[in-house]
Amino acid sequence: MTNAAATLKRWETLMFALLVVIIALNSLDSRYFLSIGNFINLFQLSIEKSIVVLTMTLVIIGGEIDLSVASVMGLAACVAAWTFQHGAPMPLAVLFALVAGVLAGLNNAFWIAYIGLPSLAVTLAGLIGYRGVARILLEDRAIGGFPDWFNRLGQQAMIGPLTASIVIFFALFVFFAIVLHGSALGRLIYAVGSNVQAARYSGVRVGIVKTDLFVGSAFVAAVAGVLYAARLGSVRGDMADGFELDVITAVLLGGVSIFGGKGNLVGVGLAILVILNLRNGMGLANITGNTQNYVIGGILILSVLAPNVWQDIRNKWKGRGT
Amino acid sequence: MNWLQRHIRPEQIRELSLLLLIVIAILVFGSLIDGYYTFRTFNRIASSVAIITVVAVGQTLVVLTRNIDLSVGSIVGFTAYFVGTLIASYNSINPLLAVVIAILLGAGLGVVNGALVAWGKVPAVVVTLGTLAIYRGVLVDLSGAKTVTTDSLPQWLIDLPLLNVVPIGSLDIRALFALALIIVVLFHLGASYLSFARRFYAIGSNPEAAQLIGLPLKGVVFFAFVICGALSGLGGFMMLARFGNITVEAGRGLELNVVAAVVVGGVNIFGGSGTVTGAMLGAVLIGTLEQSLFRLGISEFWLNAVLGLLILLAVASDAVILQRLRALWARAELKLIADAPKKGSQP
Repeated sequence: MTNAAATLKRWETLMFALLVVIIALNSLDSRYFLSIGNFINLFQLSIEKSIVVLTMTLVIIGGEIDLSVASVMGLAACVAAWTFQHGAPMPLAVLFALVAGVLAGLNNAFWIAYIGLPSLAVTLAGLIGYRGVARILLEDRAIGGFPDWFNRLGQQAMIGPLTASIVIFFALFVFFAIVLHGSALGRLIYAVGSNVQAARYSGVRVGIVKTDLFVGSAFVAAVAGVLYAARLGSVRGDMADGFELDVITAVLLGGVSIFGGKGNLVGVGLAILVILNLRNGMGLANITGNTQNYVIGGILILSVLAPNVWQDIRNKWKGRGT
Repeated sequence: MNWLQRHIRPEQIRELSLLLLIVIAILVFGSLIDGYYTFRTFNRIASSVAIITVVAVGQTLVVLTRNIDLSVGSIVGFTAYFVGTLIASYNSINPLLAVVIAILLGAGLGVVNGALVAWGKVPAVVVTLGTLAIYRGVLVDLSGAKTVTTDSLPQWLIDLPLLNVVPIGSLDIRALFALALIIVVLFHLGASYLSFARRFYAIGSNPEAAQLIGLPLKGVVFFAFVICGALSGLGGFMMLARFGNITVEAGRGLELNVVAAVVVGGVNIFGGSGTVTGAMLGAVLIGTLEQSLFRLGISEFWLNAVLGLLILLAVASDAVILQRLRALWARAELKLIADAPKKGSQP
């Protein structure tokens, strides 16, 4: 146990050190970097992904994966736009979008928790299927012209310089940190993630925990999808396409084990900051988005590889000593 | 144990049911679409399925060992683009050499994946999610946003997709589809009968047990990724031959189609069971639906929704029906063993 705690500690120290180095390099590189405006901008540009990262963390710690989040984001945005276009007032349209998200989550949860199918396969079907429904609704049209208050939701500062999306992100971060690290459900998620059989034999209602995870994941993805629509001001069928990879990358970089049971939200929060600052810094240094993508891919692999190699070297060293 | 149970394994029933599903789909579409039963339909489906099939064979081997390779789309794009550039600048290159270079290039990228998973002990999802971005990123950077165009390619390559290998009456088996079939047959036979290939199944069913009996766990996992990379490289060459115009976006998102084919084909995502033929049937079923829904005039937008549902049903039927079948077979076998001594005691 102390060993695991030490490893976790090391992970967050690593992330934090990385973050400090990146911020230091960035502020040396560009004098615009250390301004409030830049930081807000930094958050705002991919705030929807950051929101979904929070629930993905819980899902992966629970030993599962949800590949359908980006499609649920797209679906929710398309449902909102479609119902709005067909005469529903905007608040009702948003409600429909959130309901669509919950239904998608219930569908995932049904197959995973009660039929017992692997979440990778079910949510892969969801990734393709929910995107399909979104496409059926909008085909290749783009729908915009939402009411002003809705567009302001995504674009205008609400509290001080913070937009609604950023406020929601921080509120959800605190909420999910409490759920994961301070509630009974959180303990159950870790239990199910580290050993589902043991959890079941100890009387954990695994089905309910998994249902909570997938419905929560899809609901938050739907919220993020609506916020994305509000920020862009118009909706298309291919909205948020491919976001799932970035979201999963952030979670894994945050030190969460893909096999479940290990990781925490602090590490993931640091990972989000590392990715955002890295992208922003590289952007200010005129490095293209493409190069940014593979630098982050490389950091993802290295972040898991480096501790493993380190461990191997230490083991060899110890072996030689005795 | 009756005759049927002795000669057919539950997994084969699964493949037969997939085949039946394909036949039903063809019959349904045939009754809905005028002039559906033509060789043009066949060719269209066959050429759209060929590339996915070849890559799905490699993916099957990786999935059998309880891993996954999400970087195949990037490997296909990488090899399609660079082999295309090579052929475009050396038009006189030996065709066989070009294919070998494509396969080696793919295998090289597979070596990186395999080494990181097997010896770096980094989970396959993490490695291949990373290399998905890295391979594509390197491709985009090195290409300088140029594209390979058909008019820069030699004639043999442009003619290749239309090349008719086995003319049966007026039915053509074209080169790319024939190649895919050969790969499937080779790998199916290999995976079924080579003792080396049975290790993929052993390791996927129970890694700890496989290691205890002395199987080289890391070596086999590494090898699976290298083969998957090599076949993705071949897939890249096929993509170059089929489309001629190759941008840096070639093959983007292909990994989802490939994983879908593998999953629909009944390969267990947790490793240890499934066949290469199943993966091909999965690819054929998806390809048939894709091409036929398109012909039916149903908006292409419906395709994904149908496909998602299909994957779900395939996996669900695999889990529910196949489990029962296996239990049935196991019971029959136990009975056979229990009955055996009785017969032996009365000579």
